[in-house]
Amino acid sequence: MLVPVKWLNEYIDLSDIELAEYCDRMIMSGSNIEEAYKVMGGINGIVVGKAVKVEKHPDADKLHICQIDVGQDEPVQIVTGASNVHEGSIIPVVLHNGVLPDGRKIKKGKLRGVESNGMLCSPSELGVEDKVIPPAFREGIWILEDIGAKCGDEFAKAYEVEQDVVDFEITPNRPDCLCMLGMAREASAVFERPLKYPEIKIENEVDDVKNYIDVEIKRPDLCSRYVARVVKDIKIAPSPWWMQKRLMAGGVRPINNIVDITNYVMLEYGTPLHAFNIKTLEGGKIIVDVAKDGQKFITLDEAERKLDSECLLINDAVKGVALAGVMGGLNSEITDNTETILIEAACFDPDGTRKTSKKLGLRTEASSRFEKGVDANLCRTAADRVCQLIEMLGAGTVVKGAVDVYPEESKPIVTKVRTKRVNDILGINLSTGDMKEIFEKLEMKVAVDGDVMTVTPPTIRFDLLEEIDYVEEVARIYGYDNHPVTLPAGSDIAAKTADREIEDLIKEKLMGMGLNEIQTYSFVSPKGVDKILIDQNSYKRDFVTLINPLGEDTSVMRTTLIPNMLDVLERNYTRNIVKVEAFELGRIFLNAFKTEEGLPTEKKNICIGMYGGNCDFYQLKGVVNTLLNELGIKELTYTAEKNEKTFHPGRCAAVSKDDKVIGTFGEISSEVIDQYNLPARVYVAELNFEIIYDLCDMEILYKPIPKFPSIERDIALVVRDEVEAGKIAAMIKRVGGSLLEKVELFDVYKGKQVKDGFKSMAFSLRYRDANKTLTDEEIEKPHQEILKSLKEDFDASLREE
Amino acid sequence: MQNQLKEILENARKSISEAATKEEIEKIRVDFLGKKGQLTGILKSMGGLSKEERPVVGKVANEVRASIEEMIAAAQEKAKSAEGELRVKAETLDVTVPGVARKLGAKHPISVTIDEITKIFMSMGFSVADGPEVETVFYNFDALNAPQNHPSRDLTDTFYIKDQENVLLRTQTSPVQIRTILSQDLPIKIISPGRCFRCDTPDATHSPMFHQVEGLVVGEGITMSDLKGTLDAFVKKLFGPETKTKLRPHHFPFTEPSAEVDVSCFKCGGKGCSVCKGSGWIEILGAGMVHPNVLKVGGIDTEKYSGFAFGMGVERVAMLKYEIDDIRLLYENDMRFIEQFK
Repeated sequence: MLVPVKWLNEYIDLSDIELAEYCDRMIMSGSNIEEAYKVMGGINGIVVGKAVKVEKHPDADKLHICQIDVGQDEPVQIVTGASNVHEGSIIPVVLHNGVLPDGRKIKKGKLRGVESNGMLCSPSELGVEDKVIPPAFREGIWILEDIGAKCGDEFAKAYEVEQDVVDFEITPNRPDCLCMLGMAREASAVFERPLKYPEIKIENEVDDVKNYIDVEIKRPDLCSRYVARVVKDIKIAPSPWWMQKRLMAGGVRPINNIVDITNYVMLEYGTPLHAFNIKTLEGGKIIVDVAKDGQKFITLDEAERKLDSECLLINDAVKGVALAGVMGGLNSEITDNTETILIEAACFDPDGTRKTSKKLGLRTEASSRFEKGVDANLCRTAADRVCQLIEMLGAGTVVKGAVDVYPEESKPIVTKVRTKRVNDILGINLSTGDMKEIFEKLEMKVAVDGDVMTVTPPTIRFDLLEEIDYVEEVARIYGYDNHPVTLPAGSDIAAKTADREIEDLIKEKLMGMGLNEIQTYSFVSPKGVDKILIDQNSYKRDFVTLINPLGEDTSVMRTTLIPNMLDVLERNYTRNIVKVEAFELGRIFLNAFKTEEGLPTEKKNICIGMYGGNCDFYQLKGVVNTLLNELGIKELTYTAEKNEKTFHPGRCAAVSKDDKVIGTFGEISSEVIDQYNLPARVYVAELNFEIIYDLCDMEILYKPIPKFPSIERDIALVVRDEVEAGKIAAMIKRVGGSLLEKVELFDVYKGKQVKDGFKSMAFSLRYRDANKTLTDEEIEKPHQEILKSLKEDFDASLREE
Repeated sequence: MQNQLKEILENARKSISEAATKEEIEKIRVDFLGKKGQLTGILKSMGGLSKEERPVVGKVANEVRASIEEMIAAAQEKAKSAEGELRVKAETLDVTVPGVARKLGAKHPISVTIDEITKIFMSMGFSVADGPEVETVFYNFDALNAPQNHPSRDLTDTFYIKDQENVLLRTQTSPVQIRTILSQDLPIKIISPGRCFRCDTPDATHSPMFHQVEGLVVGEGITMSDLKGTLDAFVKKLFGPETKTKLRPHHFPFTEPSAEVDVSCFKCGGKGCSVCKGSGWIEILGAGMVHPNVLKVGGIDTEKYSGFAFGMGVERVAMLKYEIDDIRLLYENDMRFIEQFK
């Protein structure tokens, strides 16, 4: 909402208030400001000139040689390319060495051999925004109204062009503020100064409206009031400079006197108005009714619209003439020759207008105002105000009376407001009298009974429906700055969710191992699972899909974190970062599994990714194993995993505890690597947070430090390549019994001295008895058992120590 | 014999003075004092002396031995310290050469910011609550008093899910507040950090995915002044004790009265700079008293209980705090970016 401050002063005298103070106090009372600026500021040295002679340039068809009176002894000769300058035109002129607001300096010179000593200005050259330039001057020179300024006067001063404008951000609950009087009402409450409404008086009324028109509302649910007035002897002309100036500052383009007056009153009262050429209305009737399904109608913008039975239409006796509250019809448009007009001031239903506007994809100033809500009680006033201005500008003769169809008057919603309740919610301590005063400043009527107020708001305040709405009024007018600063009573013990506790722990452990945390989008491209070769029938392909994604690459919710991790690794690799170790802890979304509420299941996964440096399968396994151990998940089982196509079939493992698979990790397969710009060796793990959360055991029980010495024995053996170290270690443990404290693989060797297809492995075993010092004899039995089993179970040949 | 002893003493003195290392000194000790040493030899031949001479020569011999021992000890001491010096010199390191790095990972700035905000609110007694990111229209809009025709419900603003009626990606973390109101006993004091989604094309200041931290307090006698005090305490902890807050009236469907909350610029202290665009204030939060319609969703007696709620964008806080000028940096995950947040 653009508020030209000088115009505002017509309704409330704020002339002694600095702009900054005005803005500040409006903001602090709830009228937020986008910006405050000057229109047509910085115009200096532009003078008022009058064309005394206009001739064609002898050598150029499109140029004119103008003699301009700029108050000097002799007229100044200026050549212009514009065709709208005539003898007698009053024009803003920039002379030799003058400067335009954009800093351009004008020098005298020759145009096709003819001397030109300055420039005639167009509105845009003077800094007028394109969207408010009157159509007549869009392509040409700005022809000014003769307001009695002398030739040679400073244009800016004589025409008072510079204006302060404040752009307010009006929240959707306050459509009453979308007009000058609404903003004046707010200012009146804030600055505690009286509000002056325009005095509406029509000097001369002739004839009777009944001789011209009759109005019928067939759908009072969609049109609560329709006021029609008639004006005859219309003389279409430009509106006066003062009105044009205000409209332009208010963001509206001046067109002609009639259009400008309806727009002016709309900006003033917030009520959209429409004018029909009454000659085009057949049968002397206005009928407000919905259109027929499929009915076609051509609007003012010359577009043919297909309507249906939800679109409200203004009809005459035989045809549609306007799309109610949205746009007039081309068939009833006012032209320069129009003699008599009908002024419509109506109130159309917000939802109905919204539906029509949305359906047709046609949003106008009028439709957006009706959508937000227009006060039906203002229709007559607005129509009268239009008539008054038409008379005042000499644009026509007002016909007496108005047709006013108003089936059910809009009544204010009266609310009981308790002083104590208001104070209790705000934590302040105002008296009933204080609050009454606040409400009355906002033009509400208040009846007091003890500490209960019965408040009647102006009908334009659609936001005041219940007690809490009045609490807000007190809060904002009293001023948030004046509220005390307190803290809620009571002491509370704060806790994180158990999930978050473990999440934080996981992050800490992974960062402790040198991994950086990443965060990536929850929505991804469905192609990600193709790139990592997920099975066609996998649940990971059953996506939660967006109806309206921004693009294919953010169109489905992720079911695995791996594609995002590979994208991040690729981005870093592309940027020449030689080594990356990273993790993400984030949600995946499984459409295949629904919650009780029917929503997709959201699970958290941990994804680890690395490349470069010394990283290999065992580095990654070390990270996975350490992480799980640190979370109290020990004695893990690692099983070779050959079926996950994402991974190298010989370098992938599943990690599990008992029967629960925690996750999969390994080297990314070369087929997957080929689809990315990545180094040949990339290592990725994806672990299931929920399972980790379930298994996680952070309870610590102290174990006594051993008092008796241990005995260490090493075993070196040769087995076939495919025998897994994990299986050997598990067997040793099982056979070793209670005295075997620890078994550890410390060397694997292939090469000279070991046959092809075989490998040599060395395990170190530690025996200990918690209660006494062991002797060699005591461990001989279990150790021999182990050696025997190694031979039998794994066909191992023992290498002598 | 006495002369012989004196000569030995002089020889020893000379040898010792010429010896530099511990080994040479040890050799001298053996030469003179060892079992086959010169002095020992003399002492052995003392048997041939007269009864009168023996004590005299013995005394002299003992004195010579003592002197030599003393000289050797002193020389050894000296050699030891000289050698020590040599060793120290040989082993001296350039302490300015960098140490062997133990690399720690860095936390993502979004996590850093959420953790910081969470820590502050937990210190004020707020617990942390969570909820789903794929939500229903009921939790995301209806229960939050959003008008049926509110533009934020449009397909141009909110992502909706295919083949599922009234399911969307939450546009705020407020659904968690409704879930809490419905499931938890009063009083309630929670914050809900998490991801949110809106149909914004990515540019320097917009991201279709972002994070919020919202807060909710519901109890007996909770006032707008409590809201003011809580937010004031929060921003003072987050941005420093000098930070001031300013509440401006605003409108949100979920709260009434509502406010937008500005903090005095923590970069310039309110004088005006590029961070606060010259105004001295930075908008950081939306807040207000929970609308009775919202409390009623949870069957809460609005005559007895009241509450306040607030919310802030995590990206915005992080970008202001670290002077990050492009939100997209947060989701590129360039390691050179992330490693700055340790």
